[in-house]
Amino acid sequence: MAAANPNAGPDAAAPARGLADLSAIWRALAAIPDPEIPVVSIVDLGIVRSVAREDGGVVVRVTPTYSGCPATDWILAAIRDELASIGVSGARIEIQLAPAWTTDWVAADAKRRMREFGIAPPGCAIAGSASAVDVRGISPLRHPGVVVPCPRCGSARTRLTAQFGSTACKALYRCDECLEPFDYFKPH
Amino acid sequence: MTPADRFECLLRMGDSALVLAQRLSEWVGKGPVIEEDIALTNVGLDLIGQARMWLSYAGEVEGRGRDEDALAFRRDAHEFRNALLVEQPNGDYAETMARQFLFDHWHRLALKAMEGSRDERVAAIAAKSSKEVAYHVERSTDWVIRLGDGTDVSHRRMQAAIDGLWMFAGELFLPDAVDDAARDAGIGPDLAALAAPWRSAVGAALAEATLAVPTDDWAQRGGRQGRHTEHLGHLLTEMQFLQRAYPDAKW
Repeated sequence: MAAANPNAGPDAAAPARGLADLSAIWRALAAIPDPEIPVVSIVDLGIVRSVAREDGGVVVRVTPTYSGCPATDWILAAIRDELASIGVSGARIEIQLAPAWTTDWVAADAKRRMREFGIAPPGCAIAGSASAVDVRGISPLRHPGVVVPCPRCGSARTRLTAQFGSTACKALYRCDECLEPFDYFKPH
Repeated sequence: MTPADRFECLLRMGDSALVLAQRLSEWVGKGPVIEEDIALTNVGLDLIGQARMWLSYAGEVEGRGRDEDALAFRRDAHEFRNALLVEQPNGDYAETMARQFLFDHWHRLALKAMEGSRDERVAAIAAKSSKEVAYHVERSTDWVIRLGDGTDVSHRRMQAAIDGLWMFAGELFLPDAVDDAARDAGIGPDLAALAAPWRSAVGAALAEATLAVPTDDWAQRGGRQGRHTEHLGHLLTEMQFLQRAYPDAKW
């Protein structure tokens, strides 16, 4: 995963003063599930870009997935609550626009959990081009031959039913083998 | 570039996204099938998110204390700077998708150009929006091809939709003094330079859809300068009702 993220270990320079150290904050944030995909956390998704101590307080920088994502406000509130629960009050939560969020930041392990949850993860369709926006998997009309394998049975006999599913970040597919519908998390 | 020009520029981007999103929201609960209903709503949601980013920044640049909500809900039609194309009524499904198609292709090119803006905030908003619009382009283009190259009825309707909306697309490529200032400052796109790649992409899709490219390129302009068709006022009465009737209402 990207830059300032988590497993970085404790911040050696962290002063005590009742503040949890930065690695404890990362652990707390990693416990916040994405409201739409509860098997992955907001840290797994890569939307928490950095946690820092600035001017005596904690600053958390967050990059939303889609600009109109209705879950954004919920996530910001959840971060505030989670920090309060480990004794970090008055943290500043900033929205960071650049660089824009990409599914490249989704942890590999989170992609596996997505698949187990029944969501075809980003990048499963086109080997080697998982990165950034790749619209081919949602346009069989103009990009035939691109296969999004069924996350349940692994079959390649699947077809798109809608370019937008339950949320903007997903498209809707169905499997002609096991007959189950499933979501495809679009590369972004 | 003066702050006033920069404010205008940001309004133009934000208002086009906002007004188109409002139009798409009119389909909620009325889509031809549930998947389409959901897709239109999701595209609208992307556009509202983008509008918020543009209008928030516009309010900061203006420096008169207006936030995104004040700009969206407390301006009258002549103060809106959206393109005429996006305020056109939904009509039938062909008209909704044709409007989206003509706009999406322009939007993609304009945002791509703005990703290199010298204004970092503009570049960041453009880069984020660009990813979303890549998916919008796929969808509207697919629909134009499906309906154009579909049945006799769908072909006829899609051709009529393209023909009817064509005169509103032209102004997207006609810069005025504000656009020139933005281009010269390296902040906004060179609108005239977007025309050729737009015609090429739109033309290729229309050909695949077995549709004719309209031959009359006369363009109605004025939306980006605040001169609108009669449709915008009606749209705003609905969009702004709550904040007009109950100013500062919160829930």
